[in-house]
Order: sequence, then C-alpha cells, then structure tokens
Amino acid sequence: MTDHKPTCSPLPPHLRQLESESIGIIREVAAEFRNPVMLYSIGKDSGVMLHLALKAFYPAKPPFPLLHIDTRWKFRAMIEHRDRIAERYGVRLLVHTNPDGLARGINPISSGSQLHTQVMKTEALKQALDQWQFDAAFGGARRDEEKSRAKERIFSFRSAGHVWDPRNQRPELWNLYNTRINQGETIRVFPLSNWTELDIWQYTRAEDIPVVPLYFAAARPVLERDGQLIMRDDERMPLKPGEREQVRMVRFRSLGCYPLSAAIESRAETLDDIIAEMLATRTSERSGRLIDSDEAASMEKKKRDGYF
Amino acid sequence: MTAISDTGAAERNGLLRFLTCGSVDDGKSTLIGRLLYDTQLVLEDQLAALERDSRKHGTTGEDLDLALLVDGLQAEREQGITIDVAYRFFATPRRSFIVADTPGHEQYTRNMATGASNSQAAVILVDARKGVLTQTRRHSYICALLGIKHVVLAVNKIDLVEFSGERFHQIVADYLGFAAPLKFSSVASIPLSARFGDNVIRRSEHMGWYDGPTLIEQLESLEAGEELQGKPLRFPVQWVNRPNLDFRGFAGTVASGVVRPGDRVVVAASGRESAVQRIVTADGDLPEARAGDAVTLTLRDEVDVARGDVLAHADARPEVVDQFAAEVLWMIEEPMLPGRSYLMRIGTRYVPARVTSLKHKTDVNTLEHIAAKTLGLNEIGLCNLSTASPVVLDPYTENRATGAFVLIDRFTNATAGAGMIRFGLRRATNIHRQALLIDKAARTRLNGHRPAVLWFTGLSGSGKSTVANIVERELHALGVHTYMLDGDNVRHGLNRDLGFTDADRVENIRRVGEVARLFVDSGAIVLCSFISPFRAERRMVRELLEAGEFIEVFLDTPLDECKRRDPKGLYARALEGKIKNFTGIDSPYEPPEHAEVVLTPSPLGPQEEAQRVLEALRERQIIA
Ligand SMILES: Nc1nc2c(ncn2[C@@H]2O[C@H](COP(=O)(O)OP(=O)(O)OP(=O)(O)O)[C@@H](O)[C@H]2O)c(=O)[nH]1
Ligand SMILES: [Mg+2]
Repeated sequence: MTDHKPTCSPLPPHLRQLESESIGIIREVAAEFRNPVMLYSIGKDSGVMLHLALKAFYPAKPPFPLLHIDTRWKFRAMIEHRDRIAERYGVRLLVHTNPDGLARGINPISSGSQLHTQVMKTEALKQALDQWQFDAAFGGARRDEEKSRAKERIFSFRSAGHVWDPRNQRPELWNLYNTRINQGETIRVFPLSNWTELDIWQYTRAEDIPVVPLYFAAARPVLERDGQLIMRDDERMPLKPGEREQVRMVRFRSLGCYPLSAAIESRAETLDDIIAEMLATRTSERSGRLIDSDEAASMEKKKRDGYF
Repeated sequence: MTAISDTGAAERNGLLRFLTCGSVDDGKSTLIGRLLYDTQLVLEDQLAALERDSRKHGTTGEDLDLALLVDGLQAEREQGITIDVAYRFFATPRRSFIVADTPGHEQYTRNMATGASNSQAAVILVDARKGVLTQTRRHSYICALLGIKHVVLAVNKIDLVEFSGERFHQIVADYLGFAAPLKFSSVASIPLSARFGDNVIRRSEHMGWYDGPTLIEQLESLEAGEELQGKPLRFPVQWVNRPNLDFRGFAGTVASGVVRPGDRVVVAASGRESAVQRIVTADGDLPEARAGDAVTLTLRDEVDVARGDVLAHADARPEVVDQFAAEVLWMIEEPMLPGRSYLMRIGTRYVPARVTSLKHKTDVNTLEHIAAKTLGLNEIGLCNLSTASPVVLDPYTENRATGAFVLIDRFTNATAGAGMIRFGLRRATNIHRQALLIDKAARTRLNGHRPAVLWFTGLSGSGKSTVANIVERELHALGVHTYMLDGDNVRHGLNRDLGFTDADRVENIRRVGEVARLFVDSGAIVLCSFISPFRAERRMVRELLEAGEFIEVFLDTPLDECKRRDPKGLYARALEGKIKNFTGIDSPYEPPEHAEVVLTPSPLGPQEEAQRVLEALRERQIIA
C-alpha cells in the first residue's frame, strides 16, 4: 500500500476524484474527534478504506486503531488476512466479540440470522464503541449498496444509545461537515459513500490492494441450501439430511459469516476477470447476503438499531 | 444500451453531479427510477423486489412504481413521498452521473439544499397539469443562490395533457418569465413522461412537434466543468502532519487553483510568507496539485500554520474580515435571532459568529425583498454577520469553496443555517485599534483585585437584585471597585427602545454584555442582574470576556416561591394575561447547566447567599 513505488499507470480521473474526497473525509475525522476508530470488516471495501487511511496520513500512520467485530463465524481465510494486514501495515487492531452472546451460545445456524446479527454484530459493535469510548467510527458502506444507504449522510449522527433517526438527519451542505456532538453522542462516518462496487474493484486493481482470496474463483466444497451455495468452513455447521458437499468453481462477492454468505459460480480468478464479470452480471452484490432478505426494509431497521 | 465499460464509465465528458427538484409529486423520484431502469442499472433481484414493493406501496396500479427504486426509507414508501435526499449513480457510454433525488415537500427544503450544494446542474420538474408552483420557484431560487448555472426544465406527465405542445410552451414561457432574474447560463426545456419513458432516454413517438434533445442527450452534453482550477489558490489546512521532528506537513485538499513547489505562499490570516517546498503524497512527490486533490504541503520556512489556516499565493490573497454580508437559508424550527451567537463553520475552521442585522428576507414567489426581524424555517434572507475573530473568505460567486459556510446551533449542535457570502464588510486588517498605554493588567495592579462579571440570573422575584445589592455593599467595604447593571435600570436608558420579544431580549443582553466588558476592562467587578432566560445569550456574554472573568450566579428559586413573593405584583398581572411574554408564565426560562454558583433560597436569608458569592470570588482569587 504505502510502502510501494509510485503506481505505474495514473488513476482514471473519476477514481482520483473519489480518492481525494475520501482522504479529505478521513482527515477531517482525525482532526475533529477525540477518539475515532475505523471499523475493519476484512472485506474489499474495508481494504480500500484502510488503504485510503494510510495514504491520508502518509508519511505518518493513521492516528486511530482498527476495530474488528468478530462474530466467531467469519471464514478462516478472513481472519488470516486480517492478522496479516495488521502486521504488514503496523496498525493497531482491536478485536471485540460479544461475551454475552458467546455465553448464550448465539450462532447463525440455530439462532437464525436475524438474532445472530442483532447480538453478535449490532450489540457487539455498540459494546465496543462504549467500552473504548469512541466518539466517531468509520464504516465502509457505500450508497450504491442498498436503498436506505443511499439516503445516509457521510457524517451520520447517532444520539446517545447509537440510534439513527433517518427522518431527521442533519443537512450536509458542500463539504462543510458538522462534526459537533454532545457527550454520549457519536458519529458514523462513511468515506466510501460515493463509490460504486465497480469503482472499488477498479481501484483495488489500480492500487494493487490485497484482498481475501475468497473473492477469486477456486474449486471449493459447497452445499446447496435454499437455492444458495454455502461453503462449510468448519465442522460447526451440520449437514441436513439429503445435503452433500460438492466441489465447484465458486467465489464470493461479499464476505461475512460463512453460513450467511452465499457463493456464486464463477471462473473469475483475477481482478480483471472479476471486473469483467461484474460488468456482465444481472444481480446485485447483496443478493448473496442472507441477512438482508430477512424482512422488508430490513437494512433500515437494522441501521436504526445501530448496525453499520 | 450497455451502460458501463471497464475503463470506468466513459471518461469522455467526465462526471456530472446533478439533482432533481420541483414541487411535491411532480415525478422526481419516478424520473430517476426511469433513468436507472432505462440505463439497465436495475438488476434482477432488485427488479423482483420492486415488483413486490409496487404491489404493496405502489401508486401506479398494475405497473411498476419506479419511484420506489429511489424512495428507500420506510416512511417514504408508506407515504409515497420523498423525505430525504437519495444519491444514485448511473452511467451512459458518454458520461457518468451522480444524481441527488431531493424532496419536493416544503418541510424538507433543507434536504433539497443539501442535494443542490454539491450539484453542477439541476433538473427542475413541473407537472404539466399544474404548471409552475411555489415550490418550483423556491427550488429554482435556491439552485441559483447555490450557484447552479445549468437548468433543465422538465415538463413532466406530458402524457396526462395529451402530449400537448401548446401546454408545454405555455409552461415554458411562464417559467422563463419567473427565472430571468436568476441568471442561469442555460435553461433547456424538455417535455417528457417519467412514468412511460418518453424523451427520457427514448425519443417519444407522441410529440412530433418537439425536436430538441432528450433528457439524457441534454445531460450528456452539458458543459458544466467546475472552473475551480482556474481560480486563485486556496488551500485550507486540515491537519498538521508531524510524524517526527524532521517532517512538518500541512495536509488538506486544494479548494481552488493550482499549487507547485517553489510557489510563494502566505498564511492568509497572519500574512506570514513562505514558499512551497514539496507536495507530498503516498505515491511520491507531485510536480503540481490542482483543485480537488488531497495532498500534503511542506514549506521552506518554519511559519506558524495550524488547522483552520488558509494558504494562498502571495499575489492573489483572499479577504480577511470579521464582518461580512451573506445570503442565509435557515434550516431549523427555532428562528434565527439577530444577536445570538452561533458556531460558524467555514473551510476547516469553526468560529463563533452572530448575525448583526437581517437586511431583508426574500419572497420566493416574487423574489421581492421583505423587511423582517427573524428568519423562520426554510426562509432565506440577506444578513450581516460578525465573527469573534477574523476569517478568510471570498465572495461565493467568485469561489464556491471559500464563500460557503454553515451555522450550527451551539446547544443542540443542529446545522441551523447555510450561508453564501456576498462580500466582506470591513477589513479586519484595517481596524487599527487605538494603542493603549494603560491596559487592564495595569489597572488590576493598581486596584489590588481582578476584574470580573458576576452575572445573576433567575426568574423575576428570585432575589437577584437583593443578593447583588448586598454583595456590592460588602465589596465596596473591602475597597473593591464595583458597578451595578440592573435589568430595570438599563431598560429605562440604554435599552429603552427594546421590548420583550425573543429578538429584543437577545439584543438587550448583547448590549449589557458589551457594557459589562468595558467596565471589566476598567478593572471593576460588575454585578449584572438580569433574568436572561436563554443559555445562548448568557454564553455569548461569557465569550465576550476572558476565561475566568465570567461568574454565573444562578438563583435557583422555585417558580411557586417567586409567585408567592411577587414583590412587584407582576406575576399576578401576567397570570391575568395583562403582561405578555413573561418569563416562567408564557415565556421559557432555560436554567444554567454549569453555573459557577447556584443559590437555593437560604433559611438564613439573602445575607447568607451573598456570603457564598463572596467566597466564590475569594476561591478564584479575584479578591483577597
Ligand atoms: N402519468 C404520469 N404519472 C407520473 C409521471 N411521473 C410521475 N408520475 C406519478 O406521479 C406520482 C408522484 O411521483 P413521484 O416520483 O413520487 O414524485 P416526486 O416528485 O418524487 O414527489 P416528492 O419527492 O414527494 O416531492 C406517482 O404516482 C408517479 O407514478 C408521468 O410522467 N406520467
Ligand atoms: Mg420523490
């Protein structure tokens, strides 16, 4: 990332514009908040966000830590990638798991995706923010991901208790972000708001940003459940009667808890292939996320509760 | 139409940011849904969801309701209106677009302004059946104020007026009549149907009489390049980067102009000069940085530069002023009160600011100027503002990056107003204060005590004047220079022209604050007894003074006790409705949150309370 030579081909103008906008946002947070943190979910968006943070403060390191909310159900390859990245770039990495959820044995399989997400992601995140007293948290969400995200500000205010009130957001004019908060209130900041999925991949390629290998197609054992391809990453996920694993060429468009992240059949083994595939695809990246179809308007509801 | 290619959505005409605006239900969201749908950006799973949604919330019978692609909040879908701005992205082989879909509802005007502030062009919709409405005019005016130069007048729902050319031309003539004074560089008028797609991407088969461009052709060909690169250099410093003793860089985004190593630059506010040494980025040093680039500059000399400073070329400097005139759009329920202190954000800086006068507000229907005392929600007016310290700025029409600001409510932190600077009123550099030989410090040495303001606040009848009088008598006996400013006395002289409206109360306290400051400068301890019901004004006086000079004494006497005492019979009259705006009865009192001294009625009487005030002065070593 920052320890490499200048990139050979210059960025296309619109990526350069997006890059500068995001760097400006990241610096703004460092300058105005007492104790910011960057949510690091290990996915492609987090990778780009971290890369931008490293650029923003070069030659210094980013003046904030990374935080990973570990549900304990992430793909093993994700955790390996996370630890490798933290070491390679010498950034401070905090990891938090909801201890109550662990004690209650909450898991995505028998508890259901909704409860699992609520307890192990949303609640866990709030615990971590409270525990370390963070007053601003970066998230890698993009407006093109989902309808309610398209409505969110770049600096998104949360009242004490982490509540988002989508009907009463602060107007956000020009780039004059209102960073003022009172005790107990926090701000979620989305530096990638104006990026699209295609921008993320093109930028990842142009800047040679490392990503989890699961994004690339490979022969992997998967099983079919409710019409989706699921990769059993460990023994905790029992096979249902009649299910069996089959090796197929698959990759993931979006990474999360393995029982909740569906694979797609693909031959895209390089970044070029991924980009070509994206241009031809007729489904959205969230179609493989099982947690979004839980209920209508589910993303907005989760976000009001404090989900990122 | 294949929308996107790998090289990034056709860079040929660059990125265009535009918004859709206009009155409620004119079809803004439907139009954006149509643009997404016809550029094939609606994917299969999203289309399936849209079909489900349309059956549940749709307003279009059996058909797909394209607005539901954009109206993403639950409340919006249920009510069939847009509440907040949505940002969507789409591309054609010729250009990529970021579009802000804004609400038509007057109540949500601030969200429309949010969308407009970053747009280069506006598509203003009009319902062909209804013609130009108040909101059409309001939005056009806001677009013009925010500096949008290119407008597309989309006469929508043309299908509902039998594709009538006559109706179209009538609306266009109407609109152009209104918009002429707004001085847009281009207004293109297009008849279309968002619902059925006529003249959006696909040329209509029903309007042989129209031979102008379709909406997408118009948007693709707009020459709306930001001219910020051609303007003088403005570099607001965002962050001082100091990883070690050998490196001191100033990180920020070039707001306008171009900067190169070797350029002579000045810190605008202080006038200190230096030269740019390097333009540092993680990808290596750059030979130049242009408007929009986020970089880190190092300078040749050790000059004092901090976040909030602006670097400029020595031969093209911005204005440095502490008073200026600006158009302000008000965005919160609580009205803007001249005299009240707000936090102003301009560039990378926050500074306390007050509106010193409201010259007029503008009627959005007629663009006429109307005299006014305050600005309400969604109103727009021309104001004079003054800042606590000089700020660096340019007129908004000359430079959008350094001519814009927002005002923030100091208690709720709500973004209360958006401002566009017209011109600076008084050069801060021209105010040569009379150089003084004897100053406050000298007077303090002579007096043997430090100056301060004792600010007694509380309800009428809470005992402010009684306690203040005892304190003054005691201080006088100790040989302390004192002066008393009392609400009733001041209102007979200095403030005789003021009444009891919120705006007048603010001005009352402002004047008292300034007078108190002069007495503090003379070395005295000033005792001020004012109901002063609003936190904002008490804070304003606090900020006029140096740290530690303002001592807020809150007489925390319950309302019932004050009513019982009623020394001047005022409560009785207020309760009969004979006095209006009486604090505690029909006008609010905001108790202090961090008063230095809080006095609850003492069984030992006011003498005891006065002693507590004197102790507070001793603790702070204001008196011995
Ligand atoms: N017949 C016809 N109906 C239309 C057309 N465009 C929009 N409509 C209908 O007008 C209604 C309002 O459309 P919206 O797109 O929600 O209007 P809007 O301007 O976004 O409304 P707000 O955002 O709430 O101000 C819907 O029922 C649309 O289907 C059109 O060209 N022809
Ligand atoms: Mg709408």
